[in-house]
Amino acid sequence: MKSIYIKFSLFFASLLVIASCEPEFEQSVENDQIYESGEANFSNYVAVGNSLTAGFMDNALYREGQMNSFPNIMAGQFEFAGGGEFTQPMVNDNLGGLLLNGEKISPNRFVLAVGEDGNPAPAELAGTPTTEITNKLNGSFNNMGVPGARSFDLSFNGYGNPANLPSAANPYFARFASSPDASVIEDAVAQGPSFFSLWIGNNDVLGYATSGGAGQDQTGNLDPSTYGPNDITDPNVFAQVYSSLVDGLNQSASGGILMNVPDVTSIAYFSIIPAKTVTLDAETASQLNAQFSLYNTQVLGGLAQVGVISESEAQARQINFSAGNNFVTMQDENLTDISTILQGPPFSLDPQTAQILSQLRQANDSDLIPFSAAQVIGTTVNDDPTLINGVSVPLSDQYVLTPEEQSLVQAATNAYNATIEGIAQQNNLALLDVNSILTQVNQEGIPFNGGVITGEYVAGGGFSLDGVHLTPRGNALIANEAIEAINEQYNASIPNVNLGDFKTITPSNDVAQ
Amino acid sequence: MKKLLIACLIMLSSASIYAGGYRVAAQGQRALAMGHAGVAVVNSAELAFFNPAGLAHLEGKLNVSVGFTGVLSQTRWQNEDTGQFSETDSGVGTPFHAYISYKLNETFTAGLAVYTPYGSSVDWEQDWAGSHLVNDIDLQSIFVQPLLSIRLSDEVSIGGGPIFVTGNVNFNRNADRSLTDEQGVRSNVTIDDTGVTNWGWSASMLITPGDNFKVGINYRSEIILSSEDGDATFNNFTNSPLTPANTTMGFQADLPLPAELTIGASYEFNDKWLLAVDYNRIFWDVYKSLDIDFENPAVPNSINPRNYKSASTYRVGVQYNALDNLTLRAGYYFDETPVRDGFFAPETPRNDSNGFTGGLSFAINDQIAIDASLLYLRFQEVDASYDPYVENGQQAPFEGTYNSNAFLPGIGLTYKL
Repeated sequence: MKSIYIKFSLFFASLLVIASCEPEFEQSVENDQIYESGEANFSNYVAVGNSLTAGFMDNALYREGQMNSFPNIMAGQFEFAGGGEFTQPMVNDNLGGLLLNGEKISPNRFVLAVGEDGNPAPAELAGTPTTEITNKLNGSFNNMGVPGARSFDLSFNGYGNPANLPSAANPYFARFASSPDASVIEDAVAQGPSFFSLWIGNNDVLGYATSGGAGQDQTGNLDPSTYGPNDITDPNVFAQVYSSLVDGLNQSASGGILMNVPDVTSIAYFSIIPAKTVTLDAETASQLNAQFSLYNTQVLGGLAQVGVISESEAQARQINFSAGNNFVTMQDENLTDISTILQGPPFSLDPQTAQILSQLRQANDSDLIPFSAAQVIGTTVNDDPTLINGVSVPLSDQYVLTPEEQSLVQAATNAYNATIEGIAQQNNLALLDVNSILTQVNQEGIPFNGGVITGEYVAGGGFSLDGVHLTPRGNALIANEAIEAINEQYNASIPNVNLGDFKTITPSNDVAQ
Repeated sequence: MKKLLIACLIMLSSASIYAGGYRVAAQGQRALAMGHAGVAVVNSAELAFFNPAGLAHLEGKLNVSVGFTGVLSQTRWQNEDTGQFSETDSGVGTPFHAYISYKLNETFTAGLAVYTPYGSSVDWEQDWAGSHLVNDIDLQSIFVQPLLSIRLSDEVSIGGGPIFVTGNVNFNRNADRSLTDEQGVRSNVTIDDTGVTNWGWSASMLITPGDNFKVGINYRSEIILSSEDGDATFNNFTNSPLTPANTTMGFQADLPLPAELTIGASYEFNDKWLLAVDYNRIFWDVYKSLDIDFENPAVPNSINPRNYKSASTYRVGVQYNALDNLTLRAGYYFDETPVRDGFFAPETPRNDSNGFTGGLSFAINDQIAIDASLLYLRFQEVDASYDPYVENGQQAPFEGTYNSNAFLPGIGLTYKL
């Protein structure tokens, strides 16, 4: 009799004990060491670089973008294998504009606004920004990404000194530099990183490319203090600076990852506007052809005959329109400048016409049109309906990246990437070939659970609305690829993130009027 | 551009209201303590639910059973590929029951039953990895049923009656896996409706071939709750013609409460010991898809395939009359999941489970007894996915490992006169 009570009590008690337990996984991602750090130590990860490291996107640095910076995504995954806290110099809001002494010095971020015509286009998000760059942030930051930085800027003392603004200092770094004379790399090294990422060099060619080659190729000039903002950095300057950056970071680090420079032709900024972008009806086309027929036959023919220009240049400079889509007209600085000749006999053209024809040609499939040209193509000059930019008036140099200019960018990029690869090998660091990843994104796209990330503007999901910087999803892709390279190099097993969980662009009509 | 618009709209099309297997078997403290077996146990007014035909066999003129159960359940989810994890907030659900029967004469007994056989309350962490399927859901239904039990002969009695059901639902999920407003807050939709009503019925039979052997059968009809007056509220969408506006609109959706058949037997070995076995079949195959039709035709209908299959539960329980005033009970059941592979949605992640039960009745006097029961429900750890979720025209399965359990302590009162 008693034994039944005892048995029953035991049964009831054991039910209570079992039931009070929470469900536990056989192997829990939270508690068990499923993931390994291998030979790397992620306890103090420091990310050094430019806007891409900072989480700059949609033409601004805003909080949501920062939260989705690839280093922040990576740091979140490192936490599964001993990673520590990852601090970032957060801006004040989700607008992204900057203030200097209350004056707005940079725009808010882009959103995708649908215009009255029903067409969506990027536009600045409305609102008054609140990030005042003279409000100094205290402490050190694991994310040392500084938008706009070129390789040599990272070791420039005074880059964060507000007194040096606007030309010799950077407003983003001014917010969190440890002292006015500190350099980015000094502040990074001072944190004693146990692991680092370095992605720098993009702006050493990007300014030149996005300005349509308006700057100078400084190859051969070893003094970066003489460089303009749109110049190409000399590859030797890059190599020297890069090697010293890595040496500095490597002092304390168990390892790191170096990320190379993507080919500029792989960014959406150069694929949004096709060179063949002028749509004409048959009537307008024949009117334009009549307008250019003297140029095509007499001017080019005559100049070729007398040897001022070659026969092939005369051919390349022909202007021809037809009904449908046409290539834009442009000024190519590599062509012979014939404006002076045209103003003299036998042509005796007025200076304005001579200027239009001076280095005129029509673009072709080899030319790249930067996104900035969207503001210009199709607009009129002095409200004269016959003077249409990109059609009857050629686009100026800054709106076309010609094949000659592309090859300068390409040569510099290749040289930088060779340096990066060599230094990675010398130092046994992981290397991420961002160049080929973005090429793949552009060509066939990269599939993920529930989609394919491509380089197509807006719909592709990879590039933010500025066409240069990545979306959160693009950042997640870089983070995943970097994690795989790190796992390989250091025998680690850091888990990837799910790209489908990361957003792309923001549609909104809350835009500045 | 059209692509983006379509993408934004399709995001809305995967809502779901129901838990996977939202049947909560806790309709009597005495039966629950015996593995929720009771179709052939003549014991108390709990028969009003388990087998109304048996009410005519109860001793006494008036029988009352009331009680409630606390459902403490918790589910964890993780994905080892990404390291993502989440868990539900272990909120307390409280299914309750109240039964009364009154013997009119030797042949007829009348009764009234109020009980809550379907419900679900699951609260995941806001914006968790599966938030495009569910953030939180609260589903309640109350069944009210007048009953008549007829003793046809010493061996056979029948019973049954019409069922009036009233239900509430509140359900929130994110618009898709990533969309946010301008401030980075995830876009989401809440569906809310109260007082959705409909009618059904149940009918049963109890056969008593011998003094100590009983066989019972009970059938409860399917009841479809059609939600027509509820509100769908769209929150935290951007101000854009490319996304739905932040507004409240009507919606229409059908929520099936499936039919259930129970067959069972009980045997009294002697004055002390009783054994009961039940077999349940719930006709979940009625739950093919949850389709939500939003009032605004510009917002496409939300189609959520469920593709449930009918499922069985096997129950066994014993009762031991330890003392004149103390009865002990224990039981076990195996509950098959109605969810097919690839349709495992996290509203109530319910795979096959084992239920272990125990309980007791303590008689305060000849009229009143206190009943207590305890159920521990253990689900196997399972790798599962919900595959039909579609984003931008492409399927995006939601995968992971689930681990759940539930602990249901209950208390009740039995009165007879």
